[in-house]
Order: sequence, then C-alpha cells, then structure tokens
Amino acid sequence: MATAKVRRVIPGTPLFDGEAARKGYALNKMCYSFNLADNRAEFVRDEAAYCRKYGLDPQQRAAVEKRNVLDLIAAGGNAYYLAKFAGIFGLDMQDIGAQQTGMSKEAFQARLIEAGK
Amino acid sequence: MARIVGGIVTSHVPAIGRAIAGGLQQEAYWKPFFDGFAPVQQWLAEVKPDVAVVIYNDHGLNFFLDKMPTFAVGAAPQYSNADEGWGIPTLPAFPGDQDLSWHLIEELVAKEFDLTTCQEMLVDHAFTLPMKLLWPNAGEAWPVRTVPVCINTVQHPLPSAGRCFKLGQAIGEAVASWDADARVVVIGTGGLSHQLDGERAGFINKSFDLEFMDSLVNDPAWATRYSVEELIELTGTQGIELLMWVAARAALGGVDQVRKLHANYHIPISNTAAGLMLFESKD
Repeated sequence: MATAKVRRVIPGTPLFDGEAARKGYALNKMCYSFNLADNRAEFVRDEAAYCRKYGLDPQQRAAVEKRNVLDLIAAGGNAYYLAKFAGIFGLDMQDIGAQQTGMSKEAFQARLIEAGK
Repeated sequence: MARIVGGIVTSHVPAIGRAIAGGLQQEAYWKPFFDGFAPVQQWLAEVKPDVAVVIYNDHGLNFFLDKMPTFAVGAAPQYSNADEGWGIPTLPAFPGDQDLSWHLIEELVAKEFDLTTCQEMLVDHAFTLPMKLLWPNAGEAWPVRTVPVCINTVQHPLPSAGRCFKLGQAIGEAVASWDADARVVVIGTGGLSHQLDGERAGFINKSFDLEFMDSLVNDPAWATRYSVEELIELTGTQGIELLMWVAARAALGGVDQVRKLHANYHIPISNTAAGLMLFESKD
C-alpha cells in the first residue's frame, strides 16, 4: 500500500495516519457504532454476526475475538474508537494500558503514580 | 465591541465524568484535581463571561473517519452531548451563540482557514466535562452561550502547533472585532502528557508539561518549534491534545496582554497528567 508520507517512528507509539485509516476503516466503523447502547447490546448478543455486518477482515475479527488491543491497533484500530469497544467489557484505561505493556493493572497504576514524583 | 476577559486551559478525560457522576470529588484520588478548580470557578463567578469559545478535540462522537475536518466551528443554536460508548449521563444542552459563530467563520475563512461549519454538532466529553468542571452548579441552565471549535487529533496528518497557534490568534482577533457587547472567555481542553495506545501506553512527561505550562506565561509560541511527531514523542500520542492549549492561549494575545492567575498540575488522573491554567486579560 503506497502511503503519502513516511512518518517518524516513535517506539511503542502508533500514529493513526492514512495507511491505518484505510486499513482499519471497517473495524473503526464498527467501534464507532458502539456509541449507541442498542448496538453494544447487539454485538454482545451475536458478536460474529455483528462483525460480519461491518465487514471486518480476518485479522480484525481475530483481534476482536482476542480482545487484544495491540492486535486491534495492528489491524488499523484507532485508540479513540477502540475505547468504545473496551467500554462494552467495562475495561478502563488502566486495564487497556496494563494489557498493552504486559504489566498487572496494579503495576501499571503504580507506574503512573511514580511519573508524578 | 466584544472583549476577551481571559482564558482557561484544562484536561478533559472521561474518568472525570464518572467521578462527577459518582460524587467522588473529595476522595483522595480526585481531591487534588477537583480542588484545583475552585479559584477558577470563583473567577468566573466574578467576571461573568457571556460567551465561551471552547477549543477541543472530538473523540468519535460527532465526527467519524468518513468525514474528518481539520478545523470545525459550531454554528448551531445549541449543542448536546450523547452516549460516547460508556453510558455516562448526558447533560443539559449548551446554548450556542450563532452571531459569534458566523462572525468567527467569516473572519477565519477571510484569514485563509478553510473551516468545516456545523449547524448540527454533538459535543463530547472534551467539551462537556470542562464546562461541568468550570460551572459545577449550573444545573439546567448554563450561564454562558458557547461556540465549539474542534481540532482534529484523531487522524494524521494533524495541524501543526504553529497552525493551531495562528488559528488561536485569528480567533482572538475575530472576537475583538465582533460588534457585540459581550464578554468572552476562551477555553482550551485536552492533555497534558498521556498515551493510551501502544507498548508505550502510560507514558507521562512531567518535566516537559511543566516547561510547556511555563511557556504559556512567558513565551506562548514556544511549543510551535516542535513538529506534531516531536510533540508526540515528548508528550504521548494523546498528549498532542496540547494543541488546544496552544490555540486557546494564542487567542489571548502576547505576554504583556495577560496575567496568569492560577495553575494546577496533578499526576495521575486516569492515564494522564492533568493540568489547569487560568489567564486574565489585562484591561
């Protein structure tokens, strides 16, 4: 896929650019739909059917099934839309951060507190 | 003519909404954050602005990737929020000020800002939570009319800090040329350093944040020396929301035109370094 611009690489820091926006469109559109409670309920009732309805590709479907944030980002997911997906499972940003960094939630929270010292 | 009475810049994370809904303001985790707002609430009660221009970033409530404006200005009679995916309570609608909206649109487009204009616009937590923090007792009737200005921080390329600074300057000049007897406060929301996504999630940069806050007092264009990507390296993927601070501060004019009345900085609120600053325009 040709991109308009090669961006600076910041380790561990995804930049949601045109390439990601193209790749992740279906996934992000599904996540955007979760603004509505009825859609969240429909997803919970039949996840596979809901993913089909939005045309997720196999990589996106697998990442959704695993609830794996790094995989969802690799599949083109955008943090702001993925937050709505996380909301379905009652996950907060420390749960999400812990999962991505391979830390326990307690350790992740302790690191945040440490950053303030 | 209208007059800018001052500016307020503040963080806006969704967890604040849950804390307000749960009445947790005086709990140990939240107290250092919420207590920081008391002097600003008092200032607003004394100064009584008529209109708030609120510079914020949408997180996927009003805008999706199908249409993603770099700069969008609200021109609606009122603005409502809605469920953003986690079901926090919605707030009473915010009254708009369509006269100022269209004056801003005219002036900004004349200065070569190619805006998206919105006669219907949902406003998300980045708009509503600062309003709730600044006017906690507003109840059903917000004491100010509002004009939302939305800057894209969702999808790269994002506007540079330099461009956002110029947008802010143009907003300030437009307000000053608005033929209305109105007192206007400029609010910028977002930041400070934080990163939600990637292996570097949880990144916070206290020393940079403090230098940035200091720059808003002594050298408001300081952050414009950095590219968007450099700012993300220094502040995190969502730390780039400092663009709203840059724009709001630029609207207030130069170093000699404002005085800093209050600042608060606290880590952590959710995954963020939470900042707050109040500037008063000199007569």
